[in-house]
Amino acid sequence: MTNPAPALELIGICKAFGPVQANKNISIRVMPGTIHGIIGENGAGKSTLMSILYGFYKADAGEIYVAGRKTLIPDSQAAISAGIGMVFQHFKLVENFTVLENLILGAEDGFMLGKSISKARRLLKSLSEDYGLDVDPDAKIEDIGVGMRQRVEILKALYRQADILILDEPTGTLTPAEADQLFRILGRLKDEGKTIVLITHKLREIMDVTDTVSVMRAGEMAATVKTSEVSPPELAEIMVGRKVLLSVVKEPATPGPKMLEVRDLKVVDNYGVERLKGATFDVRAGEILGIAGVAGNGQSELLEALAGYRKATGSVKYKGNNVDLSGVVSNAMGRRTDGIAHVPEDRQSEGLIMDFMAWENIALGYHLDPEYRNGMLIDNGAIREDTNQKMDRFDVRPQASQLEVKNFSGGNQQKIVLAREIERNPDLLLIGQPTRGVDIGAIEFIHKQIVALRDQGKAILLVSVELDEILSLSDRIAVMFDGRIMGERDPKETDEGELGLMMAGMTRGAA
Amino acid sequence: MNELPKWAEVVLVPLMSLLLAAVLSGLVILAIGESPLGAFQLMVQGALGSTYGWGYTLYYATNFIFTGLAVAVAFHARLFNIGGEGQAILGGLGVAFVCLYIPWPHWSLAIVGATIGAALFGAAWAFLPALLQAKRGSHIVITTIMFNFMAAALLNYLLIGLLKPAGSMDTATAKFPPATHLPSFQDMFSTADNIMFRGAPANVSFFVAIMACIAVWILLWHTRLGYEIRAFGHAESAAKYAGISPTKIIMISMMISGALAGMMAINNVMGEAERLILGSVEGAGFIGIAVALMGRNHPIGIFIAAILFGFLYQGGAELALWTAIPRELIVVIQALVILFTGALDNMVRMPLKKLFRLFRRTEPAGV
Repeated sequence: MTNPAPALELIGICKAFGPVQANKNISIRVMPGTIHGIIGENGAGKSTLMSILYGFYKADAGEIYVAGRKTLIPDSQAAISAGIGMVFQHFKLVENFTVLENLILGAEDGFMLGKSISKARRLLKSLSEDYGLDVDPDAKIEDIGVGMRQRVEILKALYRQADILILDEPTGTLTPAEADQLFRILGRLKDEGKTIVLITHKLREIMDVTDTVSVMRAGEMAATVKTSEVSPPELAEIMVGRKVLLSVVKEPATPGPKMLEVRDLKVVDNYGVERLKGATFDVRAGEILGIAGVAGNGQSELLEALAGYRKATGSVKYKGNNVDLSGVVSNAMGRRTDGIAHVPEDRQSEGLIMDFMAWENIALGYHLDPEYRNGMLIDNGAIREDTNQKMDRFDVRPQASQLEVKNFSGGNQQKIVLAREIERNPDLLLIGQPTRGVDIGAIEFIHKQIVALRDQGKAILLVSVELDEILSLSDRIAVMFDGRIMGERDPKETDEGELGLMMAGMTRGAA
Repeated sequence: MNELPKWAEVVLVPLMSLLLAAVLSGLVILAIGESPLGAFQLMVQGALGSTYGWGYTLYYATNFIFTGLAVAVAFHARLFNIGGEGQAILGGLGVAFVCLYIPWPHWSLAIVGATIGAALFGAAWAFLPALLQAKRGSHIVITTIMFNFMAAALLNYLLIGLLKPAGSMDTATAKFPPATHLPSFQDMFSTADNIMFRGAPANVSFFVAIMACIAVWILLWHTRLGYEIRAFGHAESAAKYAGISPTKIIMISMMISGALAGMMAINNVMGEAERLILGSVEGAGFIGIAVALMGRNHPIGIFIAAILFGFLYQGGAELALWTAIPRELIVVIQALVILFTGALDNMVRMPLKKLFRLFRRTEPAGV
């Protein structure tokens, strides 16, 4: 190959939001037929750059070249016709349409749908064969899993004849197996001559699949290197600007008395489906019990039942006393005063109120606390002061208690939740997906806080779909599958392979 | 992304929307062969040009403040209370009972009793829709609309029977006793040689409305209940996580909303009519929706929007009186105001944003 024109080239892209310079003089060159990774912490400017590329934002300065030709991209339509396809982190699919209907949405030709659909069916078949993208064209989106939905998104881009495919944090909601499948598909696409831009903050993905990687930091392009010539710690250092510990350092646990005793806990959801089918386990003071499992196997229901706002049957003892499992919402308040803190799995819809300011969120769940009271009224001043201290201790950036939470990056949002829950010095911490959508620097910090809490002799129940996280943090691991605990393992005596099998409902040898 | 400075968001956007509504209204007036400028002058003169005009404008505004606050409180809990009309009718009933059957020594005590009566009756009328929403998921919009009709029918039934004085041909209660008559602005502000607000219905309940604005502001932003209401309204799942009971919030916020709508009756029933008549609410319950919408569900905004709508009501009445412009046109103007300030809000906001961005670019970065 003699030096072809880059499939995509950005020169000197600048973009400011008010005083914030989100992109500073970004230049990048993506060669055709390669997988090009863009890595950076949340808030480093990756999404802004991609939004410019897809016509959502207009750059203040800079030029875009597609296949060697200078191209203006004022809107997404222009991006599509330039051959750029985008797969967003949050899918943009119509839930009650079929795969085919979603495929042609916005690209129908003609008034009558029949012709478009039969054409799409033919095209879909050939695309599926070419790239190994198997989907059922007549399945409704609401009936298919996350991995399948993502394939539909990729097919949508290919259907619109995209040559350059941009994927924004594509594995955020996938299981490890689904992620592997996705990467196989990306490999196929690359072999067929497509160019792929992969935006992520996960080092492992970059190392596994990309040919070249560009690192962004604080709105600037910090480096572009060949993936084969760089190691994960080096990448992390460029990303964060300092040395980062990629593994958790912790002393062996010294478990104390039983803090939480769960016996045959069952949860039936609103549709009458049994989500939790009898979970039994203990958590002791001074240890971290990790619950591994693919999302949707009853972990969410387990956390909610323990946190008090979902009805359950069975028995739960906390510090030796029976706990009310009736699921009356106000129980959640009582749990807090008893010293049980809960970091929910989904911070955006449960842990935080996105339209509330940071200080208002620090009071969420603790708004009846006497410290926050001033006679009949709520003492907003006291909450704000408390918030400033908590934000300071948890290094939340920017340290603006009056900023609405939706304007913080994912990692900083999570720090706000953790600051609220951990700073209360709980005896039992229920924590779900502590680092979902959180950048490397913040992950290190969050893991340290969890271990520090354990070392103070507190009990921690950790639920995570990230096996790495479970393996490195837990003192004991319980694996959940289909609403049941498949078994407990010592992290030192097990590995991803065994846990992966258990997560799929199989046990190696005797259960 | 909110790129507009706060003052532009709060002042400039509604002002531009109003201007657009005014221009379009002017065109309509032009189309029926009248002078828009003359009409506008007449409206301003009639509504704001004399203490008499102000007396009417503020009287209407008082109604709208109460019903606007009612909509806003429910809205902060993400409940759309369309039932202000019915709750205000019931509030009138509460006022009538309090004024007719309790011998009050002085109006200052009577207004307290009447306010409580109006609030209780209004809240009671919101109770069932709230319960149905909280327990059965019956949509509050549907049930409150149905309760509006039921309230009207109930009042009909009572006014042609039980509450009508024997021998009267009028579908109204007896006149309230003099000790319950509220001082009007004329009583309050006139001096011996200068009579102000002559004959206008504005009365002391305007000040109750202002107090209600302050109370709602304190409730929503400075009490734990207000925190819970807003938390529930913004994110029900997060509220549940926090241990805030949806049932409790739906019930309480709807009943506060109903109470506020009911309290309107101290103005129109006790202050103006001094007896309970049919149809005295005159659609104020619905105007409250527009007022809350335009006032961004904030008490200060609601106060201003209520005065604007008071102006439109009174100015419109003057127009109908002095020109060939039919009264219905006022409804058109009101509709345009609602359309532009509510539904077409973004039409103004987007170009403004662009304009501001343009200005910002010329400024040095990092300011």
